[in-house]
Amino acid sequence: MLPYSWLIPFFPLLSFVLIIFFTIKKPKLSSLVSIGAVSLSFIFSCIVLITVLNNPVTSEFKIDWLNLPGFKVEAGMLIDPLTSVMLVIVSMVSLLVQIYSVGYMAGDPRFSRYFSFLSLFTFSMLGLVLANNFFEIFIFWELVGLTSYLLIGFWFEKKSASDAGKKAFITTRTGDLAFLVGIFLLTTTVGTLNFQEAFHQVEAGAISPALLTLSAILIFGGAVGKSAQFPLHVWLPDAMEGPTPVSALIHAATMVAAGVYLVARLMTIYALSVPASLVVAMIGAFTAFLAASIALVQNDIKRVLAYSTISQLGYMIMVLGCAGYTAGTFHLMTHASFKALLFLGAGSVIHAMHTNDIWEMGGLYPKMKITAITFIIGSLSLAGIFPLSGFWSKDEILLVALHKSPIFMVVGVGVAFMTAFYMFRLCFVTFFGKPRDQHKFEHAHESPKVMTIPLIILAFLSIVAGWVGIPWLHKGYSSFVYFHEVHHLEPNFILMGFATLVALAGIWLAYLMYYKRSISTERLKQRFSFIYRVLYNKYYLDELYNAIIIRPLYKLTDFLFKKFDLGVIDWLVNAVGDFTVFLSWLKERFDTLIVDGAVNGLGYVIRGSGAGIRKVQTGQLQNYAFIIFFGIVLIIILKIF
Amino acid sequence: MLSLNHYLALSALLFCIGIFGVLTRRNAIGILMSIELLFNAVNINFVAFAKFINPQAIVGQIFVIFVITIAAAEAAVGLAIIILIYRQHKGVEVDRVNIMKW
Repeated sequence: MLPYSWLIPFFPLLSFVLIIFFTIKKPKLSSLVSIGAVSLSFIFSCIVLITVLNNPVTSEFKIDWLNLPGFKVEAGMLIDPLTSVMLVIVSMVSLLVQIYSVGYMAGDPRFSRYFSFLSLFTFSMLGLVLANNFFEIFIFWELVGLTSYLLIGFWFEKKSASDAGKKAFITTRTGDLAFLVGIFLLTTTVGTLNFQEAFHQVEAGAISPALLTLSAILIFGGAVGKSAQFPLHVWLPDAMEGPTPVSALIHAATMVAAGVYLVARLMTIYALSVPASLVVAMIGAFTAFLAASIALVQNDIKRVLAYSTISQLGYMIMVLGCAGYTAGTFHLMTHASFKALLFLGAGSVIHAMHTNDIWEMGGLYPKMKITAITFIIGSLSLAGIFPLSGFWSKDEILLVALHKSPIFMVVGVGVAFMTAFYMFRLCFVTFFGKPRDQHKFEHAHESPKVMTIPLIILAFLSIVAGWVGIPWLHKGYSSFVYFHEVHHLEPNFILMGFATLVALAGIWLAYLMYYKRSISTERLKQRFSFIYRVLYNKYYLDELYNAIIIRPLYKLTDFLFKKFDLGVIDWLVNAVGDFTVFLSWLKERFDTLIVDGAVNGLGYVIRGSGAGIRKVQTGQLQNYAFIIFFGIVLIIILKIF
Repeated sequence: MLSLNHYLALSALLFCIGIFGVLTRRNAIGILMSIELLFNAVNINFVAFAKFINPQAIVGQIFVIFVITIAAAEAAVGLAIIILIYRQHKGVEVDRVNIMKW
């Protein structure tokens, strides 16, 4: 079965081609094609997972794609437990999101195109997961970035959406540049693009520690861009301009996890470079804290979730930096299910209310029971409440962090507190209390089945997905996906209890502030107005980037435009133009006078000579005979004398 | 006694008369007749050379017979052409037969 794994990304690609070329005019059919393809991928992924579960070895299938002397590019697949888990996550979330989209995107004029993009994304993401070498992963990495751009800017009539698409693309490309340089640095030193060969080389010490650290940090730059880590996290909140199912699929569950996946895939490199893994851990921890604190005060339901995603990705990156391969990928898996759920739930709310602002919602619980309950399950899972899946993965992360350094653990617990707080702030404000916008509230209604069923499935997964990683389980997640050797951490009950208490405290605080209103938010806002403003404005990072990067760039381009483009290039172009005009005038004179003259002259000469010579042809036989005779006589005379 | 040169002189004279006739006569029949004179000039040469250079071999005389025969045939063809020209042009003046002219 495994050698046929290439079919998994192939189906969505086929569906993309079919939709673009054949069914673009038939929205219903397009969505069916797309969902059918991703269902096949999902089934195949499950088969792959089961195969690998039965026989957990790393298998590689490859063909030579480009074979140059001293340089070989392969196309291939690397299938190990991590890959098989990722395949199932990606194809499953993709499938659920596509089903949900049938309801959410109903009536959109570019319905077919939307599904073709989703298919293309699924193809790229599955390809990325399967890649067995740096070259291939980079191609799919960029394809994923492209589809992300296409889908963020899907409603490109809206300026904010097209701007967000550009911002996402350019920001992630900044990271990708570092990624590419890192790949060059590493692969030219070890002399191979293949992951496993490169790992062997690195382990054998084929690359100096300094160079290894440098290339590891540069490659991490790609992950920073794609997984929205500080300082390149600014694109993800803006990416919420895209359709909500897209946010769920790409900007919560799968694509942004690509960076985490990359770090996990290259764990060998990070494990061997202490400074690089420290950088990874610190960036992760810092991002987790930064994003969580911003999420506390945002008013847009999707933005809160976006910052939450950044924060959770920071969590994963942090734990990977602490060598927590199992914990990081485990959290990736559980996070994919509950964050997809939360986004789809938010989409359902937005679909009903036609607004993103939580302060225009409120009291939605009785009207949208399924959405509300699943959303709360997702929030509980994200907050890490026993026994939902988030609890197990977060616990694992805190355990690894504690193992590495208590500082990371403290950051982790702090983030967990904030996470619990902002999620329940969201829940209380959105679903409880009094409706704030009566008009919108009256029009609110539960979403159609095609949207609620994916919610229910994801809610179910948000509860149970983490159970595979329960520490007491003998053959659990940690003995399936591990790095080098099974690293079984002893469950720490004190930590578990402490983390749960902290999460409950966060929920309690949110309850007091936004449900019972016994703590006045207004007074808090006034007392800590400085902190509030800083957080509300996202630490002014966008403004900072604007001031130190974008504005100077604009100024530079403006300067270059005025001085260089207008002064030098335009002048040069005009000069060349004038010179050409002069040359062509010269040539025109030459043509008319000399070339035409020669041609006409030749004609005149021939006509003139013809007019003269034709008189020789008298047609008088005797003339001819005379000339012949005269000629013979002449020849004889010449011969004789 | 007549020498070879006498014969050759006669032959040359006859040839010149023939050429003159060919070049100056307007009448096609006259031209044809002048051509016969040319033949005869040649024939005289043949016979004279045969007699004076190698009297035993009669090659010259035989050649003359051939020439006369061919000339007769040629005269027949020529006269036929002249008749056709006459029908076409109502005359046999060669300067009027100039349809080859541009």
